[in-house]
Amino acid sequence: MTPAAPPRTMLDKLWSRHTVHQEPDGGPTLLYIDLHLVHEVTSPQAFEGLRLTGRRVRRPDLTWATLDHNVPTSDRHLPIADPISAQQVEALIANCRDFGVPLYDLGAREQGIVHIIGPEQGLTQPGLTIVCGDSHTSTHGAFGAYAIGIGTTEVEHVLATQTLWLDRPRTMEIRVQGSLPPGVTAKDLILGIIGRIGTAGARGHAIEYTGPAIAALDMEGRMTVCNMSIEAGGRAGMIAPDDTTFAYLEGRPHAPRGAAWEQALDDWRALPTDPGAAYDRTVTIDAAATAPQVTWGTNPAHVAPVGDRIPETAAETAARALAYMDLRPGTAIADIALDRVFIGSCTNARLSDLRAAAAVVRGRRVHPRVRAMVVPGSGLIKAAAEREGLDEVFRQAGFEWRDAGCSMCLGMNPDILQPGERCASTSNRNFEGRQGSGGRTHLCSPAMAAAAALAGHFVHVRAYPRTPN
Amino acid sequence: MEAFVSHTGLVMPLDRANVDTDQIIPKQFLKRIERTGFGPFLFHDWARRPDFVMNQPRYAGASVLLARANFGCGSSREHAPWALMDHGFRAVIAPSYADIFYGNCFQNGLLPVRLSEAEVDELFRRAAAREGYRVTVDLGACTVTDADGFRADFTVEPHRREALLDGLDDIGRTLAHAGAIAAYEAAHAARPAGG
Repeated sequence: MTPAAPPRTMLDKLWSRHTVHQEPDGGPTLLYIDLHLVHEVTSPQAFEGLRLTGRRVRRPDLTWATLDHNVPTSDRHLPIADPISAQQVEALIANCRDFGVPLYDLGAREQGIVHIIGPEQGLTQPGLTIVCGDSHTSTHGAFGAYAIGIGTTEVEHVLATQTLWLDRPRTMEIRVQGSLPPGVTAKDLILGIIGRIGTAGARGHAIEYTGPAIAALDMEGRMTVCNMSIEAGGRAGMIAPDDTTFAYLEGRPHAPRGAAWEQALDDWRALPTDPGAAYDRTVTIDAAATAPQVTWGTNPAHVAPVGDRIPETAAETAARALAYMDLRPGTAIADIALDRVFIGSCTNARLSDLRAAAAVVRGRRVHPRVRAMVVPGSGLIKAAAEREGLDEVFRQAGFEWRDAGCSMCLGMNPDILQPGERCASTSNRNFEGRQGSGGRTHLCSPAMAAAAALAGHFVHVRAYPRTPN
Repeated sequence: MEAFVSHTGLVMPLDRANVDTDQIIPKQFLKRIERTGFGPFLFHDWARRPDFVMNQPRYAGASVLLARANFGCGSSREHAPWALMDHGFRAVIAPSYADIFYGNCFQNGLLPVRLSEAEVDELFRRAAAREGYRVTVDLGACTVTDADGFRADFTVEPHRREALLDGLDDIGRTLAHAGAIAAYEAAHAARPAGG
């Protein structure tokens, strides 16, 4: 009688499925890459490298490009005003043409943030290895994929060989027990997790999020959680595929169809971690104890519940951050007044995010001091939101309603904070200068950002109960 | 890629933990389509302050950056090691690095050395005490030494060490496995993406 195979984690299964070659003695694995997403900022030097060495893109059919980081979110009919941004955009268009890579160009309805359109188009699927020259590639792990951000030299390597040399990360289970209270979202959950384990808490590890509170999230919430795995230092974030995953994918443009769909389901159902498989580390979180979160410092672990104060200990541990943010220990989060509100980014610019913000905003007005904007994650999300009338809800409240792109998450395009401006942002990084030199960023959920836009300061979202349509 | 065997150079201490790649090279300088020319924008926002360490004459020409834990966190931008190298740095010494930054360094001949917190503390003390403080980072021996008896051993993944010692880039090494890649593709012909 053969002994039963030992139980394996989802990472074990993904890794062994994609191993092309394994170096001996704990050396790196040559891993096959199923999907390579490309954008304009981290790819031009990679394509240039191919040209200089006379190499081609090995699998243009597994490679998809979009324009997102640099693109304007208004006046799309005009040429891009910044000549250097325009050059980078032109370079990607030319590279895609020369190397046969499909591109969602600015005119395409499908254009949008790379980590939003991959899932939206059904390119992101369970069981795949996915890379992109962008750290928030961890987003795609929400489907049970191994998805990692890479540098430009690795982008060139994947273009040329469709593989990467990778060291196998350790595994870290983040088990979320219980259920989230009303008004508390996936964004609050992940900010709370980062606050607990720190910005390097998952370094060297692939995180797998498990437990009833994760299973209860819709795909968009799961993407928000996995998206910010990198802010905890994680190499990747993953969630086991289940019926929620399959329902999201079915019928999307690049999802399998017919017999291939049935076959894919069988395959995907075999992916989740086996009962009894061991993780290198496990952290347990109580969802019921999570409140809406707001960051007060200059990294995502500088975070507190909206009803709390900036910790007194920050005077010692985060003096530089407080000086940059012009805040003092003991200040109530709710006393932080805002100049700007940004609802967007690969973390929180999906339709459910816009709906959550619109439900708070409907029938109300943005505080007169605040300039607020909504930047949908893709052209298709924008169109869907407009079909529901969300654009009118936002416009009537005083929000700007923009075209899709990364926008003020990182301010490579004209959407930036001015020095000293303070912003409630649904994005993922509150680093110094991230949204504009001298700008001050507070991360929060879409509903909390919407509430802050109305009040002019942070406030628990329950202060704005849904109004009748 | 430039090989790294051994390097002796002036140490610049940057006494901050969690230095993110947005600080190393802010986003407004990521629009170049070349790998060069990022050096003048290294630590751009911090460098506007006259008291920033990089503006102190005693650190002019530094080529070894001494830093704190979780150096290089955040964005995957390879522009960060490009900017460090373009500015003249050949090695970084810190207790720990963010994973993507760590890998990006090796792709460019910039050696990220991991020492213990205590060893890094000692180097900060020595760099502050002595103007012109220099160390030797030797990848062959995997040691950091100075002229006054400091010596610390470090470890590097063997494959990264060999590639850096030889200045080999990965694509050349990978193409030696072209047959295995083709065999993998043949065995997994029905790929869902794009289909």
